[in-house]
Formats: sequence, C-alpha cells, structure tokens
Amino acid sequence: MSGLEWGFDGIDLRDVITGVLVLVAALMCFAAGVGLLRFPDVLSRLHAATKPQILGVIAIVADVAVSNPSLVTITLAVAIIFFQSLTAPVSAHMVGRAAYRTGHFRRDILVADEFRGHD
Amino acid sequence: MIVVVIVAGLLMGAGAIGALVRIIRGPSALDRIIASDVLVATAICAIGAEMAINRHTDTMPVLLGLALFGIVGSVSVARFLSARDDT
Repeated sequence: MSGLEWGFDGIDLRDVITGVLVLVAALMCFAAGVGLLRFPDVLSRLHAATKPQILGVIAIVADVAVSNPSLVTITLAVAIIFFQSLTAPVSAHMVGRAAYRTGHFRRDILVADEFRGHD
Repeated sequence: MIVVVIVAGLLMGAGAIGALVRIIRGPSALDRIIASDVLVATAICAIGAEMAINRHTDTMPVLLGLALFGIVGSVSVARFLSARDDT
C-alpha cells in the first residue's frame, strides 16, 4: 500500500472508505433491530428487515473489496451481491404472501389492499 | 479506527439484540423467521466488517454460503405456513 496511490497527508484513503462503509452497514443493522422491535405487524417488520439484507450487505462486501483489492476478492464480492439481491426479494415476497394469507397484518393501517378478493 | 470499531460494534450488537428479542417474543412464526433473517444479515455484516478492518479475506466463502443459503429457511417456513393455512 503506497501512500502516493491511496491517500494524502498521512491519511490512508482505504481506511476512510472502510470506516464509512462499516458505519453505514452498522447503522442499517441497528435500524433493522429498532424496526423489528417497534413496528406493529409482519408486513411493516418485513419492510424494516430488508435494509441490512441489501444495503448493509452491499456496503460491507464493497468494503471488503476496497480493503483487499484483488481479482478473487472482487469476483467473490460480485457473486455475493448478486446472490443476495437475487434471493432476498424472493424470500421477502413469500413471507409477505404467507403473512397476508394467514392474516398476520393489521388491516386498519393498510393504505391500499390490492389483494382483497384475489387471494 | 478504534472509534469506528467501537461504534460499529455497539450498533450491530444493538441490532442483533433487537432481532433476538423479536425471535423470543414474536407473536407469530413469520415474525420469528424475519428476525432470524435479520440476525443472519447482521452476522454477514459483522464478519465482513472484521475482514475489512483487519484486511484479510479468509472468511469470504462463509459470506458466499450465507448469501446463497439464507433463503432456504424463510422460504420453507413461508411455504409450510401457507400450505397449512389453506387446508
């Protein structure tokens, strides 16, 4: 790690990027925990739960790729982001459908219910 | 950097504790499976943060495995609940 390429004035730029991305991911995890505790029903908790699954994982994997820039790391990082963003919406969709069918949601706080009569 | 480690550890620990409380208290099985998904995502973030801060890539396959198979639990529970509810 040569200082001429990665930073200036004795500050390594990779350390700055690493710290910022770690803090973004940690903030997403904290927001998901608070949302799981505070939100009233399954559908709104599902909304809170998807934040660290996508944005947190993308931030942390990009962070690893910035911290160790090599071909293997970047390939694995792209694969991890690809599979996570492929599978997380599918599982969220199925959990949401199951929550609607089993009635684990509050109908009085729904703004629109486009499933009514179709399920 | 030590400040970043402490703050990130506190935030991730608070998020994991919130998910654990929801796993214990959650009124339905769907709440519990959502909270366990959040716990897996928090574990991914913690492992990756440790890798990025210490600058090694030893546990990168663990992240790939968690990202690949994290779907299995929630999809199977959702299918099981829907099938049982339809009969």
